[in-house]
Amino acid sequence: MEGILFYIISAIAVLCAVMVVANPFSKNPITSALFLVVTIISLAGLFVLLNAFFIAIVQIVVYAGAVIVLFLFVLMLIDLNEEQKRRIKFASIISGLIGAGAMIYVITFALCKSAFSFVSRNAIEGSPSALGNAFFSRGEFLLPFEVVSVLLLVSICGAIYIAAKDKNKL
Amino acid sequence: MKIGIEHYLILSAILFCVGLFGVIARRNLLIILMGVELMLNAGNLALVAFSRFNGNLDGQLMVFFTITVAAAEVAVGLALIVSIYRWFKATGSDDLTFMKL
Repeated sequence: MEGILFYIISAIAVLCAVMVVANPFSKNPITSALFLVVTIISLAGLFVLLNAFFIAIVQIVVYAGAVIVLFLFVLMLIDLNEEQKRRIKFASIISGLIGAGAMIYVITFALCKSAFSFVSRNAIEGSPSALGNAFFSRGEFLLPFEVVSVLLLVSICGAIYIAAKDKNKL
Repeated sequence: MKIGIEHYLILSAILFCVGLFGVIARRNLLIILMGVELMLNAGNLALVAFSRFNGNLDGQLMVFFTITVAAAEVAVGLALIVSIYRWFKATGSDDLTFMKL
């Protein structure tokens, strides 16, 4: 059962990821954003298969809920008619294939060389309470957790400043 | 059928390379940003798979940080794209040659 689900979900994820970057039917970035939603939701399904329930929910809330909405807002602000006429150059497709092929060769070579000794002995659940205990009771992730909140605040202020039209009024 | 860690790692490698292809081959800045998102998601998948098959939660904690940093990166990147479009009326990376002498 788990194997069938894994193959179905991963086929959906890979197909939609290909449609995000190289859609043969339309060059519209909105189509790419919507295929990115499908990829992200199928990755959340894979996280559920891996017992990481909290990460799956965070994935859906943050990516499909916030990041994609941000993408769609920006796509609404931009004139897309000019983008539709843009052709993908042949040379850039060749260079992209060479780069991606070299990368996948390196990764599969490393995977074949390495022997994974750990087996799935005790499948722990990534429930919210377990993750909260791991964050706050051990203490080694406590400082990074607080620093990340500062990072989010800084990125919000930076995004508002960069995208503002009249910077003197801020 | 038993699904091991190799399946997840190979799927993660494929997704990473699809994102890398998008970053290299496409000329639209928004699509490039979506390719970067795909690559970050592939890394997340590998980390969660390691966490599951290693039997501790450290990988999932790292994924938490990755998702946060990705959200911050998307916010700043899209603000940069809006600003670039306002100045140059262009969202292609080929059009941004204003620093050329």
